Amino acid sequence: MNAHLKQDEPVDDNFLDKTGQGEVGKPLSRVEGLDKVTGIVPYAAEYRLDNCAEGVLVQATITRGQVTRIDAEAALAMPGVITVIEDDRLCARAAQGTAGEAPQQAPRTICYWGQPIALVVAESFEQARDAAKTIRVEYREENGAPLDPTLVDAEEQGNETVNQGDFAKALSEAPHSVDLRITTEGHASAAMEPHAATADWDGDKLTVRAALQMLNFNISELADALGLDEKQVRILAPYVGGGFGSKLGVSQETVAASLAAMQLGRPVRVVMTRQQVFQTVMRRSETSQRLRLACDDEGKLTAFGHEALVSNLPGEGFAEPVLQSSHFLYAAPNRKLQLDVARVHRMTAGSVRAPGEAVGMPALEAAMDELAEKAGVDPVEFRLMNIPERDPEQDLPFSSHKLAECLEQGARAFGWARGERKPRQRLEGEWWIGTGVASAARVHNVGEAKARVTVRPDGTVCVQTDMTDIGTGTYTILAQIASEMLVVPVEDVLVELGDTEFPRGPGSGGSWGAASIGSAVFLACKELRSQIESKTGQPIKDASLGDALGGEELSCEGHYEPGDVKSDYTSSGFGAFFAEVRVNRFTGEVRVNRMLGAFGFGRVLNEKTARSQCIGGITWSIGVALTEALMFDPNDGHLVNCDLAEYHVPVNRDVPELEVIMVEERDPVASPIQAKGIGELGMCGGAAAIANAIYNACGARLYDYPMTPDRVIAVLD
Amino acid sequence: MLDKSGTINVNGEPHRSPEDPRRSLLDFLREECGLTGTKKGCDHGQCGACTVIVGGLRINSCLTLAVMHEGDDVTTIEGLGTPDKPSPLQTAFHDHDGYQCGYCTPGQICSATAMLDEIANNWPSDASDDLGGAIEATDEEIRERMSGNLCRCGAYANIVKAIAEVAHTSNGGSAE
Amino acid sequence: MKPFEYIRPDSLKHAAQLTSGENGTAIAGGTNLLDLMKLQVETPSRLIDLNRLGLKEIAEAEDGILRIGALVTNSEAAAHPRIRSDYPALARAILAGATQQLRNKATTGGNLCQRTRCYYFTNTDQPCNKRDPGSGCGAIKGVAKLHAVLGTSAQCIATYPGDMAVALSALDASVEILTEAGEQRVVPVRDFYLLPGDTPWRENVLAAGEIITAVTLPSPVGGTQIYRKVRERSSYAFALVSVAAIVSVEDGLFARADLAFGGLAHKPWHDPRLSDLLVGSAPSVELFDRAADLLLEDAQGFGENDFKIPLARRTLRAVLAEATGVDA
Repeated sequence: MNAHLKQDEPVDDNFLDKTGQGEVGKPLSRVEGLDKVTGIVPYAAEYRLDNCAEGVLVQATITRGQVTRIDAEAALAMPGVITVIEDDRLCARAAQGTAGEAPQQAPRTICYWGQPIALVVAESFEQARDAAKTIRVEYREENGAPLDPTLVDAEEQGNETVNQGDFAKALSEAPHSVDLRITTEGHASAAMEPHAATADWDGDKLTVRAALQMLNFNISELADALGLDEKQVRILAPYVGGGFGSKLGVSQETVAASLAAMQLGRPVRVVMTRQQVFQTVMRRSETSQRLRLACDDEGKLTAFGHEALVSNLPGEGFAEPVLQSSHFLYAAPNRKLQLDVARVHRMTAGSVRAPGEAVGMPALEAAMDELAEKAGVDPVEFRLMNIPERDPEQDLPFSSHKLAECLEQGARAFGWARGERKPRQRLEGEWWIGTGVASAARVHNVGEAKARVTVRPDGTVCVQTDMTDIGTGTYTILAQIASEMLVVPVEDVLVELGDTEFPRGPGSGGSWGAASIGSAVFLACKELRSQIESKTGQPIKDASLGDALGGEELSCEGHYEPGDVKSDYTSSGFGAFFAEVRVNRFTGEVRVNRMLGAFGFGRVLNEKTARSQCIGGITWSIGVALTEALMFDPNDGHLVNCDLAEYHVPVNRDVPELEVIMVEERDPVASPIQAKGIGELGMCGGAAAIANAIYNACGARLYDYPMTPDRVIAVLD
Repeated sequence: MLDKSGTINVNGEPHRSPEDPRRSLLDFLREECGLTGTKKGCDHGQCGACTVIVGGLRINSCLTLAVMHEGDDVTTIEGLGTPDKPSPLQTAFHDHDGYQCGYCTPGQICSATAMLDEIANNWPSDASDDLGGAIEATDEEIRERMSGNLCRCGAYANIVKAIAEVAHTSNGGSAE
Repeated sequence: MKPFEYIRPDSLKHAAQLTSGENGTAIAGGTNLLDLMKLQVETPSRLIDLNRLGLKEIAEAEDGILRIGALVTNSEAAAHPRIRSDYPALARAILAGATQQLRNKATTGGNLCQRTRCYYFTNTDQPCNKRDPGSGCGAIKGVAKLHAVLGTSAQCIATYPGDMAVALSALDASVEILTEAGEQRVVPVRDFYLLPGDTPWRENVLAAGEIITAVTLPSPVGGTQIYRKVRERSSYAFALVSVAAIVSVEDGLFARADLAFGGLAHKPWHDPRLSDLLVGSAPSVELFDRAADLLLEDAQGFGENDFKIPLARRTLRAVLAEATGVDA
């Protein structure tokens, strides 16, 4: 049995509001939670396979050139060392999200410092780690690889370019304008589980337990890299220790473990060191952005300019989509947007949580604050008065739009004092205290998704898909949807994820998981529900599922496909951030006293896990604003601070009490369950609320994120 | 040598210490004891995912050699509770959604378990206003004391709520 | 990590002999050594475990001196009633460093020997004169955010990363060392560390075969004690700049002003001229700034770390203002 929907039209029947159980939306604790808090769920490196060998990657120590020789003689003579893999199919880079084909292979062609070039396999991890250090590599080096994104001719991303109205004229004639250069540094996903794969080859079929987000794409990427048929590959990832973009595409350790297992005929595990994860997987590009905004005397935007320079390696299609929400967030008749990519030989740039808005929104929203001040308008009012009726560039309706409500409700809950604002009004001891606001926006995406729902003879329900739960709450929300639709207790729903033998889900990424796979499960359940009702001739809630089936099993595959509705509407999550910070007037240290986020993202599927996604995003906002910055060596481009001691993800003490307001809404365009994504919205603009609060606190405007003490004291009196 | 037993007691069970002295306590627990609840996040004492309790004190199991712990008593997440019988902190983390992906979680909970004892023993922290006074489990104390356990999902605000709930009941953090 | 022979000596003397031998290294808490061994920055062929040799006492000695055994952990030291009451700058400095997990392992002796966090030192595929003499300094021409502004050399601009020793320097504590010959020698903390010069691999005066047995604190000096650490996140980060201050004011004049600085140099920085300048004068912002001028007169930045010069000045002003109640 199948249930298919290609969403060409809005789905506004709000069916989940009529089923009456009240399961969907409930703040249910995670169904797999007790297994997580007791440490018994297995991650990719934690399967005990008999006779498993251990692999450690060997990395290049030049920036650009060719490997001419790999001298493994000493390594091979060491105790426990089994082999050194130098296969041409080893991957030099990780695949970009949704690639669906092998990433750059040819590992002997070096494009960045730290690129994996070989794999040492030994009986134990300790032996392999030591042996990897003894490999001597000879190179033919190509000097002069460009490393600084500001010193190369950048490529314009034509599809991002917008020129509407007469931007230059509007800018020059406006009574109030800003022209700001704002920068953000590179970021690392730094998921707590390092990239890992355990591969097992039985001579015909490869089974890989891996730390991956999008198995539906990863299976194609891995099969392509290895030269296998997809049918010969099975990937398992029932538990993934965080992703944040870094595990979207198949990465070097998974391909290496697979090749080694196939060559040796025994299981091989490869776990990247933390330094290797930093150096070889994905970085978020640094950005240099120019914001030119102008408004009239009342505060209506008349010109909107947002240009950005990002970087990536030659040959990579990904360009940090900095302008993604700038295209539609604010009305202004005269617009200029442009995104340029500089090709440099730093490690691959790719998706890190909320690619685009994570860095574009902090720049835009800081510029909005400065223009509001120039125009003498309260920054909350300023945003409210510039919310467009329709997408200002494409002239499309919004699928739903809660920015105004989020600003209003957030301001009220935060205790935002509207009216004239002056910096440096509150000094407590050594600390200047101030507040700031910023809008949140994150485009809504969906992906094709399939899931099988089976009602078993005993009346319990099983949901199966290769979709992953990377901490997002997938297990729990799918159980809630099935429980709601089939009128069974949540405890009677078994959700099985992360196995490519199951129907293909959309994968976790781009905040699209819940809405997409939730819709597939919804469609399957809806069909099952109607079958059961027609079988028994009575509403499902009055029947016992087991009795209704009479010993039979009933199964349906739900299939959700994005359709034309995608191009008929602009769909986005919206929100507002409010922050109170303190700035040490001597040392320039900034700490966040409290922070609030109000978000509208369609139907809330689980109030508890949705809130957790929001506080996670806000926590990342604090990192973007204050602590996180990748640093690259100017001479060879290597990532200098490649560990968790020197790349500063926020610690517990950096994060104050966080308040989250979920502005309930139904978005009929977003998905058949009226839900949008929430995994990323919480970090799309939050850093600007902090930056604006820093200004309000101490009177110093900073234009470079993160706002570390060195930068703060540079502008502090 | 004071201890020639050659065994390490993990959750009350003796385990023979490893042959290769290079083996960290972390890899020993994961690979030889099969206790994979203790996580490897960085292997360099920079994340806290490998936190276990040795002789009542929380330590990073990645930065100590297994052979150095012959004769020691080690408690891992598996020794604190089970899904059927979770410890108060395990229950509180579950109730407050003090985790998302779950990878840092065992380290967070081991850390919090020992931390409550440190507060009970009046050990100060960087967040203690008065080094001489009694130490209380304020939110700021909990935040500072838990800052050795990174959580990239960003569950800190919930982690603090979970720990505070347990700290403010008399029961403490250990399973009975 | 290279293979090594793991040895538990039966006495300190035996341990000292073993560390004097071929590439023998003593291990205590291991939190820094094992970190570096995994990276093969440190490659001892013998690892001598000191952990079962005592040295775990904090004891009163003659004349109010407090002796901290070398194997007392950082946690135990910071929680000790005498240290909390009489040497709060030391307790604060220890608590500002690392995390509770690390402090539970890290020892008093080991912490004194903590090595730099320079990114080029820890990356064995980059040049570093400290790790690989003659290979060059990656930081001078590369990224130097963490690096020193005082006492640098053309060979090395690394910083000493710790906190505890900065407070010990301000407190004028001493290090007790057992020599290979079985004798004891005592070195003031202020003389324990070396500047990089042309031998950046030598970080302190310990010779092969020498083992730290204790740190002694002079009898309590009272006064206001402050340890201020400026860092990029609110916990679990190395100091950009730190200041330890033991200050007392009598009759409106500085009676004592012992200052030491972290994050600025290859060693905890103690400049006796500051005390000479301050003592006997009335606290004022102008005086604080003159002290900063003196402290930083030879300071030299390397790009990314230029900020440490104004940051040190500002932090010193904050600390002295806090200690004296002067409105800065």
